[in-house]
Amino acid sequence: MNVQLRSDPAVSAASRVAIADCDIHPATRGAADLHPWLSQSVREQLETFGQRRRLGMEAGPAYPKSQPNASRRDALPPEGGRQGSSLSFMQAQHLDPNNVVLGILNPLNSGQGLANPELSAAVCRAVNEWQVAEWTGKDRRLKASVVVPYDHAEASAAEIRHWAGHPDFVQVLFLSRTAEPLGNRRYWPIYEAAAEAGLPVSVHAFGYGGAPITSTGWPSYYIEEMTGHAQSCQAGLTSMLVEGIFERFPRLRVVMVEAGFAWAPSLAWRLDKTWRTLRAETPHLKQAPSEYMRQHVWWTTQPMEEPETREHLLDTIGWMGWDRLLFATDYPHWDFDDPAHVLPLRITEAQRSSFFLNNARALYGVDA
Amino acid sequence: MTAFAPIDCDIHPSIPGLVALLPHMEEHWREIVQLRGIDELNSISYPARSPLTARPDWRPKTGKPAATLEQIQRECLDPFGSALAICHCLYGVQLLFSEDMAAAFARAVNNWVAKELLDREPRLRASIVVPTQNVELAVDEIERCARDPRFVQVLLLASGDQPLGKRVYWPIYAAAERHRLAIGIHAGSNYHNPPTASGWPTYYTEDYTAQAQAFQTQLTSLICEGVFNRYPELMVVLLESGWTWLPAHLWRLTKYWRGLRMEIPWVDRAPSDIVRSNVRLSLQPTDGPPDSAGLQRVIEHLQSDELLLFSTDYPHWQFEGTNALPPGLPQSLVRKIMVDNPRATYARLLEPVQ
Amino acid sequence: MSKHVVAPVAEVPPGSHKRFTVKGRPIAVFNLAGEYFGMLNRCPHQGGSLCAGAVTGLLLSSEPGAYRLERKGEFVRCPWHGWEFDIRTGQSYCDPAKFRGKAYPVSVAPGAEVVKGPYVADTVPVVVEDQYIVVDV
Repeated sequence: MNVQLRSDPAVSAASRVAIADCDIHPATRGAADLHPWLSQSVREQLETFGQRRRLGMEAGPAYPKSQPNASRRDALPPEGGRQGSSLSFMQAQHLDPNNVVLGILNPLNSGQGLANPELSAAVCRAVNEWQVAEWTGKDRRLKASVVVPYDHAEASAAEIRHWAGHPDFVQVLFLSRTAEPLGNRRYWPIYEAAAEAGLPVSVHAFGYGGAPITSTGWPSYYIEEMTGHAQSCQAGLTSMLVEGIFERFPRLRVVMVEAGFAWAPSLAWRLDKTWRTLRAETPHLKQAPSEYMRQHVWWTTQPMEEPETREHLLDTIGWMGWDRLLFATDYPHWDFDDPAHVLPLRITEAQRSSFFLNNARALYGVDA
Repeated sequence: MTAFAPIDCDIHPSIPGLVALLPHMEEHWREIVQLRGIDELNSISYPARSPLTARPDWRPKTGKPAATLEQIQRECLDPFGSALAICHCLYGVQLLFSEDMAAAFARAVNNWVAKELLDREPRLRASIVVPTQNVELAVDEIERCARDPRFVQVLLLASGDQPLGKRVYWPIYAAAERHRLAIGIHAGSNYHNPPTASGWPTYYTEDYTAQAQAFQTQLTSLICEGVFNRYPELMVVLLESGWTWLPAHLWRLTKYWRGLRMEIPWVDRAPSDIVRSNVRLSLQPTDGPPDSAGLQRVIEHLQSDELLLFSTDYPHWQFEGTNALPPGLPQSLVRKIMVDNPRATYARLLEPVQ
Repeated sequence: MSKHVVAPVAEVPPGSHKRFTVKGRPIAVFNLAGEYFGMLNRCPHQGGSLCAGAVTGLLLSSEPGAYRLERKGEFVRCPWHGWEFDIRTGQSYCDPAKFRGKAYPVSVAPGAEVVKGPYVADTVPVVVEDQYIVVDV
């Protein structure tokens, strides 16, 4: 296999602008990687009966990916193991040549959404320990997410409180397809804990809450699932806004991850119009939904939408605000956005640095 | 008001009550309805007293909005100067699970519409309500109503049992194409699935907002499953869907198609091209930015002036007064929206009617 | 344009491909059943290395549910977003008019000709009896 590393990483990195990457997916090489932090009984449960997600397939998805592990074909570490499982290869292939000075880890397959609450909490704790031991402890550019068993509020709040104040953790991670919509009051204790700890809540596409992945049942194709993250994340965000979690938890900040972002303006317009007409239903909302959006919500950029006329995206970003976007690559996944090519538009220096770094620094409070 | 007599592509006459449908049902169904005490089939999609369901000046002191021909003429057809209006009766037929019962109610609704509305007001046309619970029975109903040229479209809901592109539904599209009927997908759900990928929302406000996402899902399904490959003449109209979300949705879908084409190799044109040739959207609601310059930009993003079809969505509360058009549209686009695009979309609108 | 010797033919046997740097540019050279084709090794979408991608056939369909695999081994998919490129022409399948991987002419020259010139062969030792892959850049 002809893996091409950018030649001369040292030279390229210096000449490349420093960036934040707000969506990186570290992977384990296998189940054994978490064993140091899993009890014997939990290990045996998992090995004997499996994880048990709300999904028929034991491992892997019912919508098979388009490429192995949904990853770039050139991201297999030369020493072996899955894409994203080698820190040294991640550094050589991505962090160093792309001059990533702040990388946010969002571990998937991390025990979130498992039907058994004890197993879910145990695996989440192990993944959080693993992030520190194997990633953030070894490369100071990387920051971790507190992975929580979100469908179990008390356990999640406890997990957040356990890590609150730890300098390596900069946010709390949810997956987007939760058992009930994200604004539902069953999740409020989690938002309370996150807000108290000063940690943004990051909502990353995927997860299996148990409902069909669309309002009209199960589609046939992977491309529909991928496109559909925009729809399910819009519904999740709508729920958070309409249920008034930002009124209830004014310090709460939310990041929508890997759902695209160009849908945000039209959702804001629709929400405002609908809210205005139906205002009697939501007396707890003291301002328009779009106002809460503007104050409390950020979006990572990947997968960045690609209009036929590229400049149209400038309208979209203008409507959202240049301060709302957090650059992300989704490394090592296949729909990776390359920082050098992803924004081929004439924009100001201030816009470019907000987009690629400064918004992330400000949100995560990291002086990278 | 403009000089054009628009074609209003989405109005909602109310069925006064289940009792009004009984004369239009077969005897044994009348017996069953009465014996079992079957109540109204009212969907939660439009709660009767919700502000959105009827604009205040279209809400009578007693009785349902848009329930009499006189109301419809006085409040909708005359003030907007409409040449024609297409009726979508949103009685909750699709919510049932019994296939035969759904078919019986669908027949009754269509018969009621023909007799009480179409027979009495030459400006009215209608969409055929079908029992999607059973595709064969749905096709039977299409065949039956297609004989009447005043039916111009088949009515489906934005959320159902399965995504509308799935092959199980193709006989419906075949029948529609055969009879040059459009397929009209209207906001609403049969609630056979939860309204979101994460289950049931708490508020009606969420449910109504989520309609836009349901349309996005259906558009993806119709395109990816190849409905327009198989039925290239089919026109699909998204009704009361909102439309300002369309450009962002197509940017995302087209981007994924470029890399995932091999999963759906029959899709041999970019999704945006397919939409421009086969999909249309009704005007109301226009969920636009507060400024008209912003809305112009969204229209620019559509990259086609053929997509929008004039509608009032009467009696739903989407705008004030007698101007359903958002401000600041160029006159050439106004004519297209009000007249040319609807005419081009609905082949049967131009047919002579006795 | 100048003719650059990149390797003896044995280095890129039929069904394989390899990356070379010519005049500072990364060039992917493919061997389709004995015919050589060259393409800039950067996907025109976001710059992914085409050599790291999968070489496949082209999956076509006359109608939904029908599948036929043609042109086996003649397409390369970018390892990132999976865009399909015709190895023979460099054109992207989805949008051939708008996107193409830049194609470079590749030929085979016998060592005897190469030593006569004018070939650029600074990094490749030339043996008169062998055959060499030559890229026009």
